[in-house]
Amino acid sequence: METVKLIIDGREVAAPKGATVLEAARLVGIDIPTLCYHPELDVRANCRVCLVEVEGSRTLQASCALPVSEGMKVHTNTPMAREARKMAVELLLANHPQDCLNCVRNQNCELQRLAERMGIRENRFTLKDRAKYVKDTSTPSIVRDPAKCVLCRRCVAVCEKVQGVGVLFPINRGIETMVVPACGKDLAEVACTLCGQCIHVCPVGAIYERDDTGRVWEALADPGKHVVVQTAPAIRVSIGEEMGLPPGSVSTGQLVAALRRLGFDRVFDTDFTADLTIMEEGNELLTRLGKGGPLPLITSCSPGWIKFIEHYYPDLLPHLSTCKSPQQMFGSLVKTYYAEKTGIDPKDIFSVSIMPCTAKKFEAQREEMRASGYQDVDVALTTRELARMIREAGINFKDLEAEKYDDPFGITTGAGLIFGATGGVAEAALRTVYELVTGKELPKIDFHEVRGLEGIKEATVDLNGTKVKVAVAHGLGNARKVLDRVKAGTAAYQFIEIMACPGGCIGGGGQPIPTDLERRMARIKAIYEADAGMPLRKSHENPAVKTLYQEYLGAPLGEKSHHLLHTHYVARGKYPKKG
Amino acid sequence: MAFYRSHVLVCGGTPCLLGGCRGVKDALVAEIERQGLTDEIKVVETGCLGPCDRGPVLVVYPEGITYVRVKVEDVPAIVAEHLLKGRVVERLVYRDEAGERLVSYAQSTYYGPQKRVVLRNCGVIDPESIEEYIARDGYAALAKALTAMTPAAVVEEIKASGLRGRGGAAFPTGLKWSFTAKAQADQKYIVCNADEGEPGTFKDRLILEGDPHSVLEGMIIAGYAVGATRGFIYIRGEYRQSIARMAKAIARAREMGLLGRNILGTGFSFEVEIREGAGAYICGDETALIESIEGNRGEPRVKPPFPGVHGLWGRPTVVNNVETLANVAPIIDHGAAWFRSMGTENSPGTKVFTMTGDINNEGLIEVEMGIPLRQIIYEIGGGIPGGRGFKMAQTGGTSGGCLPTSFLDLPMDYDTLAQHGAALGSGALLVMDDTHCIVDIIKCFQKFFAHESCGRCTPCREGTVRLYEMIGEISEGRGTREHLRVLEELGRVMTVAPLCGLGQTAAVPLLSCLKHFREEIETHVLEGRCPTGVCKMGKAPVVA
Amino acid sequence: MKSLEELARIREEAKRQLELREGTGGPRIVIGMGTCGIAAGARETLMAVLDELGKRNLNNVTVTQTGCVGLCEQEPLMEVILPGRPKVTYGRVDANRARQIVASHVVNGNIIGDWVIARE
Repeated sequence: METVKLIIDGREVAAPKGATVLEAARLVGIDIPTLCYHPELDVRANCRVCLVEVEGSRTLQASCALPVSEGMKVHTNTPMAREARKMAVELLLANHPQDCLNCVRNQNCELQRLAERMGIRENRFTLKDRAKYVKDTSTPSIVRDPAKCVLCRRCVAVCEKVQGVGVLFPINRGIETMVVPACGKDLAEVACTLCGQCIHVCPVGAIYERDDTGRVWEALADPGKHVVVQTAPAIRVSIGEEMGLPPGSVSTGQLVAALRRLGFDRVFDTDFTADLTIMEEGNELLTRLGKGGPLPLITSCSPGWIKFIEHYYPDLLPHLSTCKSPQQMFGSLVKTYYAEKTGIDPKDIFSVSIMPCTAKKFEAQREEMRASGYQDVDVALTTRELARMIREAGINFKDLEAEKYDDPFGITTGAGLIFGATGGVAEAALRTVYELVTGKELPKIDFHEVRGLEGIKEATVDLNGTKVKVAVAHGLGNARKVLDRVKAGTAAYQFIEIMACPGGCIGGGGQPIPTDLERRMARIKAIYEADAGMPLRKSHENPAVKTLYQEYLGAPLGEKSHHLLHTHYVARGKYPKKG
Repeated sequence: MAFYRSHVLVCGGTPCLLGGCRGVKDALVAEIERQGLTDEIKVVETGCLGPCDRGPVLVVYPEGITYVRVKVEDVPAIVAEHLLKGRVVERLVYRDEAGERLVSYAQSTYYGPQKRVVLRNCGVIDPESIEEYIARDGYAALAKALTAMTPAAVVEEIKASGLRGRGGAAFPTGLKWSFTAKAQADQKYIVCNADEGEPGTFKDRLILEGDPHSVLEGMIIAGYAVGATRGFIYIRGEYRQSIARMAKAIARAREMGLLGRNILGTGFSFEVEIREGAGAYICGDETALIESIEGNRGEPRVKPPFPGVHGLWGRPTVVNNVETLANVAPIIDHGAAWFRSMGTENSPGTKVFTMTGDINNEGLIEVEMGIPLRQIIYEIGGGIPGGRGFKMAQTGGTSGGCLPTSFLDLPMDYDTLAQHGAALGSGALLVMDDTHCIVDIIKCFQKFFAHESCGRCTPCREGTVRLYEMIGEISEGRGTREHLRVLEELGRVMTVAPLCGLGQTAAVPLLSCLKHFREEIETHVLEGRCPTGVCKMGKAPVVA
Repeated sequence: MKSLEELARIREEAKRQLELREGTGGPRIVIGMGTCGIAAGARETLMAVLDELGKRNLNNVTVTQTGCVGLCEQEPLMEVILPGRPKVTYGRVDANRARQIVASHVVNGNIIGDWVIARE
């Protein structure tokens, strides 16, 4: 790689051409403070917290936006640079609510850390009253609190550039500037997918998940309620981060144990319905291949993705699999099959899901999701909310003895588990579909082509002479690219997996903060390691799933499946009505 | 072509339009027709004639009599007396301080020491007539460039002339062009920055109204020089007249084959479109302006990359101010040496100033660079009304520094002013007499910046408001020593920390006043007293 | 416009119009336009002068008007001032005389003595 030599604080640094001064400084252990800068986003030079002196330049330069050049002389630690950086933070603080103690981001706030790091000990400006900013609680998933917004614009960038959605914008100017959905509307009134990626990039507490822990505590305390919980595949590889374990820790057993300590009556695994999804969706794919369409078949597990296609590509809805997501298959089975089996009246069952996702809260409330006659999933909690409950209950997560999931929805395969990472659904489907069609055992069970963080991945499988071309996209920006190709007729795919969040569910909007490239990679690695260690790794080999079909459902795509496990979609358009 | 014995020029500049010149013009046409003089007398609506504070203004040729503050009721007298019988209507004649009749601008003190290069056609031709522009050697420079010069030679000529950007930043124009000329791209652009937003500046408006073709010709030459085939003129939306005149100029130039495909049969093609701004001060910043043309929120971009290599839609783009472009054709016509014969070594040429505030002759003037401030104010500007004392002059608009009496003999050029913490900037010249309070003046400036900050970067968004807030507290008698300390610290940070020129200059007037008028400000803080009596002091002091 | 020649032609044509505003230093014709002059037909005289100048492309001639100079009975009066030459005043200048004065005096410098009523 071509390198550029420059001098930072008297030290010669060889930095890759095109690197920024900030990156170059970090190479030699100089950590210039930042706020708006985010390594994965094109947000630059807004906050002015990373200012440095550059010889030959009258003004200070934002190191996050300044490319290195040969012979450049940079000083990061001069009185002028320190004064300006401190002033920037001081100005932000004077126009920020002073209620850190009851903020959702208390102790995990970048502004708080900066204030501490810069040693700001007094307020020299009159505090601005930000009471005029109203919280937006219009959606079941995401709360926006513009009073806390520091106008870094990361959420704007992630929404538009990464997710290709673009519902957040700066409006007004100067001190009146706000970041809001179009025209100052509420989130529920715009075509927001509720993916929650904005939450991950927010440095402060201006965007966060709606907290539903209160309703769960209430159900747990109600002796008349049978409270069951399901945990999504991605939770076991991320909850540890909230509990002080290093990223990439697999803490399935501690997770189950903690949930039992919290008082859940049954602890189940969403991996089970992930396996079930493969049985239904795999057969759906084979049926469509037989009938000749509509193809490509596109997966439907990710509720942010579903909302995206409903808003932006309603004409492609027939391509979606009619399968409910694993969360919702689980929800309908708990209040039907499980209720019948245990003899518990479904009205007394309180069904909780632990999800890496903010859009799951919306999905649980969809009117289509009442196959049992009740709301199938009563509350969807994010990883962060569960962590809060565990901390509040005083459970020492790290030291818990590993425990096992309850039967019957605790018997799972590696195929269900890898749903948590991008490419996982496609790989699980291929493992099953190949064997169903060819009747032969897969020579190689791992489909490396569809793994990893490349935006759009492709693979081809030969099913007895029929070549099936598969695409995998994660992040809605990539989804958009694939859909545009489908629309233009330039994509010869038969099967497409799409996940709303970069990295798939392990990078979901409900996951621990921060969720960044390094942590996504660690969580993905953990998922595949866990998969490799599973005795069963193909959904059609799951004995509990087989039993379910024998005892209750009959066959995949059968009458009962149709009623409980499949759904339909709504064309929402780009300008949805409120509510 | 019909021959007229007399031409009546009606100033159609915006100040005169506001003063009702359209009504006067209509009455004039009607009265001339009533008197049966239509075939003998031509009425021409022209660009700014100069004495903007005395509009509507008429000039009658061939005598060159200038009438000021003409009302519709005065029209029959002018027609019956002057146009019919040749008797000057004395009561309306423009006179100088001594009561001398100013019979033509060439003889007037107001116009006297002026040098008209940019304004060469303003007030002389009908801006809507391309023929009149051509008659005064219009498009000759374009013809010369296209037929007798290589693009590189054009860039070299502009470089050699030493022309510097007239929008405020004073960047050498030829150098700017050379960056874009060198850049390789499938498309390059010329953008004319006519988003004149600096308070007290209206030169670009009056140039566009008075001589749109001079700007258009400059753009086409620039396009040829750097290899651009498309241009945009970004005119602030409030400038209805400028937009209308420029639209007409573009249409006429296109009809005549001076714009569009294969100009003058040379094979060079250039297209120009108008884009209207929506009145944000920040869009005068070239990168914010580019964002706005692209349809985005008007906010400055991070530089580098500079627009010269990565501008409009990512293509190499020259962004030049109106006045800069109006200088191009004369330089090509008469050569770099001629241009350098005017002005100073480092600031050659002329500069158009808009004089406003406490000055007798408010309006537009063009003088050679380097003329002392005193001469502009007292000779051309006619001094301060009522013989009151001079307090300060602010050059370069609201973002410029404030100059006290001791600076009156400073030569007005880029470098001298920069050395003294001021800026020639856009050529605004605001004069204030000794009845004004400096704290009150600063408060006005800071209010402006707080209102116009785009909100992108922290120091500008938050800092402008804090400056306004603190100076406001001082003006209410609530200031403390701590106010002065924080103002100075914040002001210092703001000159180096913000992303763009708006933020970086927002504290310049404050800092210059803290330097030159410190005593007056301290009197507010330490004695709780406003020496001029302008500030309503008396609120309880802020406890620091 | 397809050529430089065309541009030059337009320039020459348009220049005539503008010279009036620029003080060309060329010949000046002054017509008496007081009430007496107008009553005696000065308007027709003026129109004839303009028409004649136009026909002959005499775009450097300034035509201006003046009030009554006291010789009402000689109206319409017409003064011709050639550059560097004394003013010549003609009396009773009707349209016909006006055209001849333009042709003879203004163009060729030959004063028509019979009609002259005053010289400087």
